[in-house]
Amino acid sequence: MTDPTAAARARRLTYLDHAATTPMVPEALEAMSACLGMVGNPSSLHAAGRSARRLVEEARESLAASLGARPSEVIFTGGGTESDNLAVKGLYWARRGEDPARRRILASAVEHHAVMDSVLWLAEHEGAVVEWLPVDAVGRVDPETLRAAIATDPGSVALVSVMWANNEVGTVQPVAALAEVARSYGVPIHSDAVQAFGQLSVDFAASGLDAMTVTGHKIGGPLGTGLLVLGRTVDLTPVLHGGGQERDVRSGTLDTPAIVGLAAAAELAAKRQPERAEQFAGLRDDLARRLLVAVPDAVLTGDPDLDVAHRLPGNAHFSFPGCEGDALLLLLDARGVECSTGSACSAGVPQPSHVLLAMGVPEDLARGSLRFSFGHTSTPDDVDAVVEVIGPVVARARRAGQNAVRA
Amino acid sequence: MRVLAAMSGGVDSAVAAARAVDAGHDVTGVHLALSAKPTSFRTGARGCCTLEDARDARRAADVIGIPFYVWDLAERFRQDVVEDFVAEYAAGRTPNPCLRCNEKIKFSAVLDKALALDFDAVCTGHYARVVDGRLARAADVAKDQSYVLGVLTTRQVAHAMFPLGGTQKQDVRREAETRGLAVADKPDSHDVCFIPDGDTAGFLQRRLGAEPGPIVDTAGVVVGEHDGAFAFTVGQRRGLRIGRPAADGLPRYVLDVSPVTRTVTVGAAEDLDVSWLQGERAVWSGARPGVPTSCLAQVRAHGEVVPAVACADGETVAVDLVQPLRGVAPGQAVVLYDGDAVLGSATIASTA
Repeated sequence: MTDPTAAARARRLTYLDHAATTPMVPEALEAMSACLGMVGNPSSLHAAGRSARRLVEEARESLAASLGARPSEVIFTGGGTESDNLAVKGLYWARRGEDPARRRILASAVEHHAVMDSVLWLAEHEGAVVEWLPVDAVGRVDPETLRAAIATDPGSVALVSVMWANNEVGTVQPVAALAEVARSYGVPIHSDAVQAFGQLSVDFAASGLDAMTVTGHKIGGPLGTGLLVLGRTVDLTPVLHGGGQERDVRSGTLDTPAIVGLAAAAELAAKRQPERAEQFAGLRDDLARRLLVAVPDAVLTGDPDLDVAHRLPGNAHFSFPGCEGDALLLLLDARGVECSTGSACSAGVPQPSHVLLAMGVPEDLARGSLRFSFGHTSTPDDVDAVVEVIGPVVARARRAGQNAVRA
Repeated sequence: MRVLAAMSGGVDSAVAAARAVDAGHDVTGVHLALSAKPTSFRTGARGCCTLEDARDARRAADVIGIPFYVWDLAERFRQDVVEDFVAEYAAGRTPNPCLRCNEKIKFSAVLDKALALDFDAVCTGHYARVVDGRLARAADVAKDQSYVLGVLTTRQVAHAMFPLGGTQKQDVRREAETRGLAVADKPDSHDVCFIPDGDTAGFLQRRLGAEPGPIVDTAGVVVGEHDGAFAFTVGQRRGLRIGRPAADGLPRYVLDVSPVTRTVTVGAAEDLDVSWLQGERAVWSGARPGVPTSCLAQVRAHGEVVPAVACADGETVAVDLVQPLRGVAPGQAVVLYDGDAVLGSATIASTA
């Protein structure tokens, strides 16, 4: 059978969507598995509870060390989305509670939906006034833009939220400089570091941030677990109410095995970050070069400076003029190459990315975009697989794209 | 063959896709998102394209074991089906949106994209057959959908696959259950999918606004008033709200709708009889017949089938109905059959 789809199904798959989720590292799998059969609620006072509590607290200390934070600053959550909701809503409510004049939320125009939609919800239901901080053509916020936005009326700013690195195009934000600006006005600043941690050097204390989101499944830990690093003196109103397990800021029985797995993955992520960054960047640079040879009119979207200080080493994002992203995805999927259009809604209907639109990418080009993201299991074979099929795939998608326009 | 299966989330399209796999084809499932703002759940049998339908389609694809995607055709659907529906009513005609969706969306926008993406055919759960390259009625006469597919061109039919054409609906449900498809007992969808509450007149009034005008009888005497001519369809009896009874005491029916003068003409049932009609935008399943051709005519889905003689002339066709039909409105499609096979179709422009 010469059919490309059937052939691909028999072949090994090329997984280049690590920014969506990455396989668990064996160390995390092992640490977590060892706890799954245990009994014990970490909040219980008996021996079983104490054993579980000890595992949780050791994990907390390990995570704090991996992230440049104090153990008391680590708040376990159910993942990145919960951490972002907790940070944005919790900071807003706490700050507005102290002073009703604080209603402005300053967030970058390229935030993940977990931040963006939390902010929009506060605007719709809680009287927040939203100001989206504009980005330049590569998706970066200039600290002076933040300074100017705060300076118009510093007393009315509730919080600032700017992600550490963008999930779609990989642009790294000048987090420390932004934090310094916020700090100079006494305004708390949160950053979603879900994509950054593991690929960049992330040190909470050195960053000057007040709150920072991290999730397990992007770093080789389990799905459904994450944390909010929250400065010791930062006041936050809870979103989930109940037993108050986590500093009275987050309630819910702690998931001991997942937390243990998360800590194991984070330890490796921090320790191996320099070598992983080099590995990812090597593969990514190779893909960028060879893909542009195979498809000369493809556009590498995002920061053309591929240095790790400017762009996530595992991120490659391209726009293909005249193509629909969903057509590219279907054709690559049929050939065993798994990547992402970088955006999705609940029904799975592709929308042009708000990130690309904020960067000034024209809507038709934004619709024809693909993100390839590398991770710890990526190899040069993955790059070869993409380069082998991308030319014909783009040619075919272009015919379909033009068809759609013509019809 | 590489087959693209359009999966609505209902039982028919799920079984159709499964049968295409069994037939040895390489099948990919696609759910067409036709609404820009889908609601979460459907109510009863009305509406479709909810998020629940998309999930049902995805689950069916999982069970069948085929790749599955959602294609966003909301804008095309709005332009080609919903706006066309409103414009047709505004012009005093009676459109069939399901037919338009097959013509413009499933076997045009979707088929074109599928062919460009290297697929060979589009598979749906319609009850119809393709015999020697011609569309034909389904084995289950009660479910037969050849009428709403009658507008397809030979090329469109050549790339269509209807695996349910030879099967009874009840057997399809049983088969879905055997295959472990959770949609086996999901109710059939009815009515116009983009008017989930079923209130077509209300939908049109919201879109077109109130346009009051007179209701007159065949002698031109004003017998009542209405809020908008678009709410009336030729052959309609209910909802006329005429105070005075007719002189003969018999019920009155809508005979004509004239949106320009906002006039609705009513009359007796026998005034509804149509024995001749002129169709435009004719499509033929084979060569255009050069001589008057004896055939069977049908003017609405699941409607009466009558003997007729068709005379094609360029893009138009004149049809003499050997036995008169009632309630034939401009805008409806006339589909002509040679026995069970579709000979051709046209959009009704005028009647006599």
